[in-house]
Amino acid sequence: MSLLEVKALSKHFGGIRAIEEITFNTRSGIILSIIGPNGAGKTTLFNCLTGFLRPTKGSVVFSEKEISYLSADKINLLGISRTFQNIRLFKEMTVIENVMVAQHSKIRSGFLSAVIRSSNFKEEERIAKERSFEYLELLGIEAYAEKISGSLPYGAQRKLEIARALATEATLILLDEPTAGMNPQETDEMMARIKNLRELGKTIILIEHDMKVVMGISDRIIVLDHGVKIAEGVPYDIKNNPMVIEAYLGRETH
Amino acid sequence: MPEKTWNHKKYLMPVIIALWFSFLFLPFKGIKAAILLFVILTFAIPLLKYALNLIKKIHLPADTFRGYVPSDKRYFFLLLVPLMTAPFFAEDYIIDVVINSGIYIILALGLNIVVGFAGLLNLGFVAFYAIGAYSYALINTKLGLGFWSAMPVSVLLTMLSGFLLAVPALRLRGDYLALVTLGFGEIVRLVLNNWDSFTKGPNGISGIMPPYIFNISLGKLSYYYYLVLIFVVISVFVIRRVHDSKTGRAWISLREDEIASSAMGINTTLYKLYSFAFGSFWAGLAGCLFAAKMRFISPESFSFMESVLILCMVILGGLGSIAGVVIGAVILVFLPEALRGVETYRMLAMGCGMVLLMVFRPQGLFGGKNVSIGS
Ligand SMILES: Nc1ncnc2c1ncn2[C@@H]1O[C@H](COP(=O)(O)OP(=O)(O)OP(=O)(O)O)[C@@H](O)[C@H]1O
Ligand SMILES: [Mg+2]
Repeated sequence: MSLLEVKALSKHFGGIRAIEEITFNTRSGIILSIIGPNGAGKTTLFNCLTGFLRPTKGSVVFSEKEISYLSADKINLLGISRTFQNIRLFKEMTVIENVMVAQHSKIRSGFLSAVIRSSNFKEEERIAKERSFEYLELLGIEAYAEKISGSLPYGAQRKLEIARALATEATLILLDEPTAGMNPQETDEMMARIKNLRELGKTIILIEHDMKVVMGISDRIIVLDHGVKIAEGVPYDIKNNPMVIEAYLGRETH
Repeated sequence: MPEKTWNHKKYLMPVIIALWFSFLFLPFKGIKAAILLFVILTFAIPLLKYALNLIKKIHLPADTFRGYVPSDKRYFFLLLVPLMTAPFFAEDYIIDVVINSGIYIILALGLNIVVGFAGLLNLGFVAFYAIGAYSYALINTKLGLGFWSAMPVSVLLTMLSGFLLAVPALRLRGDYLALVTLGFGEIVRLVLNNWDSFTKGPNGISGIMPPYIFNISLGKLSYYYYLVLIFVVISVFVIRRVHDSKTGRAWISLREDEIASSAMGINTTLYKLYSFAFGSFWAGLAGCLFAAKMRFISPESFSFMESVLILCMVILGGLGSIAGVVIGAVILVFLPEALRGVETYRMLAMGCGMVLLMVFRPQGLFGGKNVSIGS
């Protein structure tokens, strides 16, 4: 059974067809990579899936619920979380606070219990902090916990964004170029961590620029070009698909 | 090529500004003065710009004053001793100013929730202050309810008005939100000024009762001092606790990055609304305290300048910092009193002070961080 079903999804900006009639399904517990050259429509697809853009046409069904008309926060509460291509941290907050923001909906005690500091409130805050710390450990950035997040090195900021996305306890995690701007070693480390997430039972959709990077870890790959899905399959098939080689690799070589 | 056009602009702008000012000046002082002004401005503006650039190059130590504010809670109790005993040794005039700063602290803390925490620029905050004050005054004088029953009702009414403004205004962003709130502030003042049958217009409302406890009037300055002190402590206490909870984190995330905030499952519109309502709650309380202290209120007390003053308190102390805002409010209430000798120049002096602050410490005296407002 599919976790996510995307049917004939289109998004037009005036005359620009950023994505056009995209259809695909995702099973639970896999890593699906979306690759494609610059401007292929990858980020636009993510924005449509997560409620930041309203699709022009088509439907998105997540856990058997139509979500294409929902707002970003509602979609997140249903269990889809994401990172951004251009890192969007809460820069003036500490690292642990960043992750605690993601625990927002997990904390039940409201305004009044915060003012009287009820035992319930304290307990929930403690648990939220503990959990947040665990997510930092998962990404290997727990040493930065009390640092202001804007002051972190670039790689750690990317990891923090992933930790934050995980901390919403979503089942489907969308990562928009998590290795952008990283050197080969950092990229390898990041890929190992992403693979690790799959072992934890998360479903991951990963946007990547560089096809070689995702070959090793993807269960399936979708190739976009000019807003259109031109191929889908297991990594081996994608690598040998003449259309992909022409549209994607072919262009990259010159 | 772009180099050249840019240079053009650089030399043309001061001339245009100078011309504009001279034209404004023309009807008042005649052609000679206007030409003189034009010549002076044409040279003075680039010079001023040059000077500003020089000033910007001076690097003050990046040290924050925050380090001098003790973070240990025990110091707070140490501070309580002089605060508790003040009425016994300070003269009435000082007590009066302290009460005023207490009221402004509550007000500035309220605005800090909207501007400092949630990052929404509100230029008409005085409207809520006015609504709180007038609600109390009207309920008290027309219905005869005492402070302890009229105050909660007034505060709730103020909160409700905060909601009512926020619902349409929150669709707007940044500068537009600032303009709408500014407009709201002026509208409230104009309504108070012109609705003679209800608010007595510019004549104001007099005969407002001070609070009573067991038939003891708190109208006496020293008693009122304690009342305000208690409310200030409550406001600091409550706002701190809300700040250190999921609500506070949601507000700050909103200020930092609204898009990421909604990606974390936070209903951004709802939390903006909360910040407006919670902020106006304190403005309402401050309004009640003001009305009950003065026993007389008129629309004059709630002008746009008042909004600017409250905003200055928040910015001076450092957006988002509770301790900073408290100190900012105290400074800006005491400063004009200290400058009474040079009455005519004090607005100018304060204006210069704020400009210098913006140049050297845009994050405020106590804010350690560089917070931008608006979105
Ligand atoms: N908000 C927008 N308004 C207008 N056009 C847009 C908008 N967002 C994206 N586009 C256009 O849609 C197309 C797809 O952009 P998108 O950002 O989705 O590409 P991408 O595959 O993520 O590229 P990259 O690899 O550079 O991140 C581009 O032509 C882009 O200019
Ligand atoms: Mg992109």
